[in-house]
Amino acid sequence: MSTRQFGARVERNIDPKLLRGEGAFVDDIPLPDALHVAFLRSPHARARIVSIDASAAKRHPGVAAIYTSDDIGTLDVEMPLLIPHPSMKNPKTQRPLARGDVHYVGQTVAMVVAVDRYTAEDAAALIEVEYEPLPLEMDLAKALTDDAPLVHADVPNNLAAHFIQTSGNPDDAFARAEHVTKITVQVDRSTAAPMECRAVAARWDAVSGELTVWDGTQAPISVRGGLASVFELDEDKVRVIAPDVGGGFGQKVLLFYPDELLVPMAAMRLGRPVKYIEDRRENFLGSSQERTQIHTIELAALRTGEVIGLRDFFLHDTGAFIPYGIAVAQVASTSIAGPYRIPNIFVEFKAVYTPTVQVTPYRGCGRPQACFALERAMDQLAEELGLDRFEIRRRNLIAEKEFPYEREGLLFADGLKVTLDSGQYGKALAMAAAELGAESFAAEQAKARAEGRYLGLGLACYVEGTGLGPYEGGHVKIHPITGKVYVNTGLSTQGQGHDTVFAQIVADQLGVSPQDVIVVEGDTKAFDWGVATFASRAAVVSGNAIHKTALTVRKKVIEAAANMLDVDPDQIELRDSAAWVKGSNRFAPLAAIATASNPLRYAFNKAAQAATQFARASKHDGPPLADGQAPGLEATDYYSPSQSTWAYGVHGAIIEVDPGLCTVKIRKYVCIHDCGNMINPMIVEGQVLGGIAQGIGGALYEHLDYQADGNLANASLMDFLVPYATEIPNVSILHLETPTPLNPLGVKGVGEAGCIAVGAVVASGVEDALRPFGALKFHQVPLSPNMISYALETAGY
Amino acid sequence: MKPSLFGYQAPASIEEAISILAGDPDAVVLAGGQTLLPAMNFRAANPSTLVDIQHVADLRGIEVGTEIIIVKAMTRHREFELDAAVARVNPLVAEVMQHVAHVPIRNRGTVVGSLCHADPSAEMPMLLVLLGGSVIAQGPSGRREIAAEDFFQSFLTTARERDEIITEARFPVLPKGAGWAFDEVTRRHGDYAIAGVGCVLSLDDRGRASRVQLAACGIADTPVRLKEAENILTGTTLGASDLDAAVAASGAAVTQPDEIHVSHTYRRRALGTLIRRIVTMAAQRATQMETA
Repeated sequence: MSTRQFGARVERNIDPKLLRGEGAFVDDIPLPDALHVAFLRSPHARARIVSIDASAAKRHPGVAAIYTSDDIGTLDVEMPLLIPHPSMKNPKTQRPLARGDVHYVGQTVAMVVAVDRYTAEDAAALIEVEYEPLPLEMDLAKALTDDAPLVHADVPNNLAAHFIQTSGNPDDAFARAEHVTKITVQVDRSTAAPMECRAVAARWDAVSGELTVWDGTQAPISVRGGLASVFELDEDKVRVIAPDVGGGFGQKVLLFYPDELLVPMAAMRLGRPVKYIEDRRENFLGSSQERTQIHTIELAALRTGEVIGLRDFFLHDTGAFIPYGIAVAQVASTSIAGPYRIPNIFVEFKAVYTPTVQVTPYRGCGRPQACFALERAMDQLAEELGLDRFEIRRRNLIAEKEFPYEREGLLFADGLKVTLDSGQYGKALAMAAAELGAESFAAEQAKARAEGRYLGLGLACYVEGTGLGPYEGGHVKIHPITGKVYVNTGLSTQGQGHDTVFAQIVADQLGVSPQDVIVVEGDTKAFDWGVATFASRAAVVSGNAIHKTALTVRKKVIEAAANMLDVDPDQIELRDSAAWVKGSNRFAPLAAIATASNPLRYAFNKAAQAATQFARASKHDGPPLADGQAPGLEATDYYSPSQSTWAYGVHGAIIEVDPGLCTVKIRKYVCIHDCGNMINPMIVEGQVLGGIAQGIGGALYEHLDYQADGNLANASLMDFLVPYATEIPNVSILHLETPTPLNPLGVKGVGEAGCIAVGAVVASGVEDALRPFGALKFHQVPLSPNMISYALETAGY
Repeated sequence: MKPSLFGYQAPASIEEAISILAGDPDAVVLAGGQTLLPAMNFRAANPSTLVDIQHVADLRGIEVGTEIIIVKAMTRHREFELDAAVARVNPLVAEVMQHVAHVPIRNRGTVVGSLCHADPSAEMPMLLVLLGGSVIAQGPSGRREIAAEDFFQSFLTTARERDEIITEARFPVLPKGAGWAFDEVTRRHGDYAIAGVGCVLSLDDRGRASRVQLAACGIADTPVRLKEAENILTGTTLGASDLDAAVAASGAAVTQPDEIHVSHTYRRRALGTLIRRIVTMAAQRATQMETA
């Protein structure tokens, strides 16, 4: 291959399989004689369990076992606190099955294992639980008061964590300020709603002592470690496979969900495969959610619009448990100054327990909230200072020559100081203005208003720290029979297209087509070491690890080929799955080189004859494998980033509001983004567009309606409004490519980027559209027709 | 989300179907299943037996007469929507149909099933009420015709007896020269209406409304014929002040209580906007029909 694959719009290797319905998700794994699981879940948000009577359920035909907290032995303990942090005083995690109290509607109380899911659900309905309901408080601010009902009896004020970070000298900045603006904004509770819900199946092989678990997880290696620890097995005796997974968005990176422990336990105890396929209702009730934060943000500015200081205090809803630590709030607090210089920052948050399912990162992970707070404040500041919204941003964006730009005192989710590494922020803003037609928009807006149509321009900038460590690895091996290249890494894919971008990286180094690179990930038997898929990190961390590994294999190929073809290594070039002597028609196929690199006793095929001890090509001085040599064309290497690399972008939209019906139409949506070098622009666009669609969900539609009693009123896809294709406008995506200096490929993450700015853009545009009705304020998303109606009503319309 | 145990019967005749219903108080008719089956999966509906009427003879098809369109019980939404003969005599049908859920649901769901479900936010019940149509109910004691306004009694409740099957719905054709329009406001395309308004009107040769039919969905526990507004508008040129008066007279028809995302005020605002726009659109079409 002479064309470079890195940067090309290579079609996704995985698509034919998925489009033909040939994907194999957990529920597709054939497990003869499997038993099926249903959970009995708490109908109360706060209650004490007085008694559980499962006797009738146990007698139900087809039931294999019923487990309550009394029946699960050593598993009846609080599950791990994954990311400890000193800001948490008494961090609470959940037990697999409730003991004593229940803390949210949907918490698992008992597990039924039966011949099929129907029977399991029938039996679950027969379990009689007596609850003594307890008082509860759903409101974040009220939950912090002294007399509020407690989610956990031993956590006063429901305060899960309290943390302050300071950069520069904010008090001095506010003292010097010529203008201060202050707003309170809120982003509401939402959920990832992956197309495939979570799923776990397990098989215990009593003969070999091996436990195999199929888990639609983003973190198979971490799950393996956890299971080995819980069941006291060697890690090599536990195999965790994340097969095809239908979307994760962070929801599938938590470990453990109760089922991830209890399904393997049941398989081991019952000696039969056991399967749990979460249904949509359970996904709404029992799988992690995110988003609710209430920020009160102040900007200290000079009259020029230069922002010299920022103060932000926010409440963060962490649900009833905090297994993922303060990650979401920490990312929000360290993203709070966005792409702007703002040298003096004070940011404080309180994470609050509420009687709801736990909050863990969901695509964006605190960034949409921080972006919404900052960008809405920037809009307000511009208005108060009489500045154009583009202009005030232009005056504050970090300039290219200022990189790396450090925020001393702010520690990001990797525990390292926030250091924005590279970018062309100003250029991105200018591109957005041009693509939106910002210059001529005022005239267009005036013309539309004359026709009774209300158009507004919305704008927001964002940054995203991506590619967190600690590390990932890569394994590259050229197959001796086919010459195809096998690649492994430890993290797993949920449909992003890893298999294609990793293949592109390898294809360039080994001179093969990306279709001949077979990427296998998400199987702990395929690769032993690694972390997980989260924080927009796969391309950055695994991508660079695989790149480093491919370089090593390339070197081996060239040396072996030079030996076979009897030329100097610098005379070898790799293309078309072969090593060529430059400027000649002499070549050796990769398969032959791979075969020859493996000294053989037995000639099982024609190529292998060349690798046996009496063949000419295997004449060596000394042993067939020299000291330090390994057979085959294979290598393993790792990449550990020195710090996160910061992607960024500018989003803008032209939005039309119908004041009569209070509906919002996005007429035009523009996204300028920069994730460094793009491995595959088509996949990048898919990621960005998907993120924007999810962001539109968060901006206008998706809202979990918790009632005052803690019940979720819209736990279905009929009532939780995921936008359809009909709600997603055409988006014009323009790329900037500023290579990061931090890694060999110059890449930054892009998985979460799309969703971050959308809420701020939409609210900004709606405000602008409705200006003829007065200075209506939209400080909360999702922004519903009801809110628009209320704002108009308040303004006298 | 698996249904509890239920029986299934697929009778070949209407009499057989009725006798199964009469003999089992918890048996339920299955037609397109687009509402019933999800409800069963949520265990919100737990019928003892599903009486699948898709094999019952003579429950399929659409008959377009000079005054009435007969839609048989197993007719899918999509058939009604795309029927060319229906479009000629009642173009409002296709306009309304575009708002009924999504194509895959319209491919399976039935018109009569939607009427029997009687969701007050749904479009089909409103259409039947707007047009002044009726349904034919057949039970152990024979057939009876029930006018639309008597059929829809309250939220998800109709005048159908539980051992009756609605064998057909009867939608009147539009009067010659009439203008028509329908629109609704929803959160997403295809969702149930927050408010929806349909109108059929005729103009006399001086441009005055000689006859106005106006109905709404989403605003009360049944679809609502907005009779006060009809009376106010009849005889007028449908100018701004006439519309203002019609809107003002319709506010009281909004009886749905506040919901989290839809306040009473918002619903009234939306209803008023829709009445103005829909009546105006219907009048424009009536004018075009005249000049054509």
